[in-house]
Amino acid sequence: MTRLPITKTPKVYVGGAFIRSESGRTFPFKDARGAFVGHIPQCTRKDLRNAVEAAAKAGPGWARRTAYNRGQILYRLAEMIEARTGELAAALTPGQPKGVAAATREIGACVDRMIHYAGWADKYEQLLGSVNPVAAPYFNFTVTEPMGVVGILAPAEAPLLALLSLIAPAIVSGNTVVALASEPNPYPATVLGEVLATSDLPAGVVNLLTGFRKELIPTFATHAHLRALSGVTSAEETKALQIGAADSIKRLHLQPAESPIDWYDPRVQGLYPIRNLVEFKTTWHPVGA
Amino acid sequence: MLDEMGPVDAVGVEERVAKYGTRSIKKAAKLFGLKLAVSMVDLTTLEGKDTPGKVAALCVKARTPHEIAGGDPAQIPMVAAVCVYPAMVRHARRALGASSSVKIASVATAFPSGQAPLRTRLAEVRAAVADGADEVDMVINRGAFLAGEFGRVQDEIAAVLEACGPAALKVIFETSELETYDNIRLASFLALRLLRPGDFIKTSTGKTSSNATLGNNQVMIEAIRDHYLQTGVAIGMKPAGGIRTAKQALTFLVAVKETLGDAWLTNRRYRFGASSLLNDLLRQLEKERTGAYQAPYAFSEATESY
Repeated sequence: MTRLPITKTPKVYVGGAFIRSESGRTFPFKDARGAFVGHIPQCTRKDLRNAVEAAAKAGPGWARRTAYNRGQILYRLAEMIEARTGELAAALTPGQPKGVAAATREIGACVDRMIHYAGWADKYEQLLGSVNPVAAPYFNFTVTEPMGVVGILAPAEAPLLALLSLIAPAIVSGNTVVALASEPNPYPATVLGEVLATSDLPAGVVNLLTGFRKELIPTFATHAHLRALSGVTSAEETKALQIGAADSIKRLHLQPAESPIDWYDPRVQGLYPIRNLVEFKTTWHPVGA
Repeated sequence: MLDEMGPVDAVGVEERVAKYGTRSIKKAAKLFGLKLAVSMVDLTTLEGKDTPGKVAALCVKARTPHEIAGGDPAQIPMVAAVCVYPAMVRHARRALGASSSVKIASVATAFPSGQAPLRTRLAEVRAAVADGADEVDMVINRGAFLAGEFGRVQDEIAAVLEACGPAALKVIFETSELETYDNIRLASFLALRLLRPGDFIKTSTGKTSSNATLGNNQVMIEAIRDHYLQTGVAIGMKPAGGIRTAKQALTFLVAVKETLGDAWLTNRRYRFGASSLLNDLLRQLEKERTGAYQAPYAFSEATESY
């Protein structure tokens, strides 16, 4: 008997649930040959607002977990990606069987990147924290704290590797994120949501949105509850974000979209992307008689 | 009396209230609703750990909910009242001054259970009024109500009403303990027939698992409407407990407007008993003013950075 093919409805992963945009709007996504793949949710500023609420709700619990436990969970996420390599690679290259080799390479790099940051979870504090010499009877020390809810703006290229390379250093320290997926190729991010849902990552720690940057960047810029933005933006977007972020004193770590980034380069990973998204707290503790 | 008031169509009530959330309230209407809701809040603290200092801070917040640097202070109205335990009334009176437009409401009558001798409950009411309470929130005797002693429930309300003197009375039914909509309607009429204009009926104490719902609110405001049409006496309504977001508050106001009409869209006839609702209302008002979504910690004492 011939079966009718059952296609998957792309949905975004917010607060541990798979949702469509509150607006009900979608835009069609086509593969390289122009064949229809699915209707991608066209998320609005209200979806962004809801995602920030979900991220804020998940935040305290995620930040309270031990660094060791966060490392374990990131490692588990890497395992989930590895196990779904075929599905994710197909999502990266719909309609192009020949591209699967390159896509598989990207998935491999994603796994390695997650393992890299999983390793950092219980180690970055030793390098970023310090005991400071002071000329008074105080024990003076600096520790890091997560910033809170971080907005991620993924670039157009490397729709999975770049997205995960931006998310991982944010969540490893206890931040929670609201990420806007690649605008021209959002489909893999909707599949990534399914991977996140099956990992041990608590609901709301990573929230993925799809949609148009032009519609969402003004809200990313001004939403006071977002404490930092990290991502790749054009000169024009950067300017809009800087103006909007000034009112809420939001930290920006934006890389120019105009100069290409090699996301496979091991130099894009490491301690500094983690340091970009933590707050430093220095304590003066009295000692002596 | 049961024949006079008729039964409640439970399915109809649920269907009707489900529609209230679908109204589209934007821009000027939203701003009006948010400000109206602020002016209807009974800012409440009813905890074992309440201190005179905490009550004083609550009174400051009640008078000046949110200060905007360089902004017009009249932009955001004062809340209707602060709601405290009887022992805290005199501290609230000291903080607010002898004549203040923010009223002092006090729960009395062995709140929240009501399980004390009537003598004790009446003494509590008199003490609260003597200390300066403008409004008294009493709980009905649910034990007597559920045992079918409706006459006793009414007698007790009448006794408390007398003990209140000039203070307004709010009669709390604790709807979650009355079990059915029919019981809520019956309790409403028991109270409504005694109350004076300016008094209220109130859903719940906020101390049980289930608090004010749109359904309970609907049954009670329909009772108020029917009573008003029969007698011409307008009684107020106060849902309490579980209303935490501005969105919820606006939905309740839609229910009031569509059931009782504009005459009830005032804090003399409708109140919200809530502690955290005010913060969300202010957050949404600030969002309307600035156009930017606000972080909740800017409006509360929560210290967590999230």
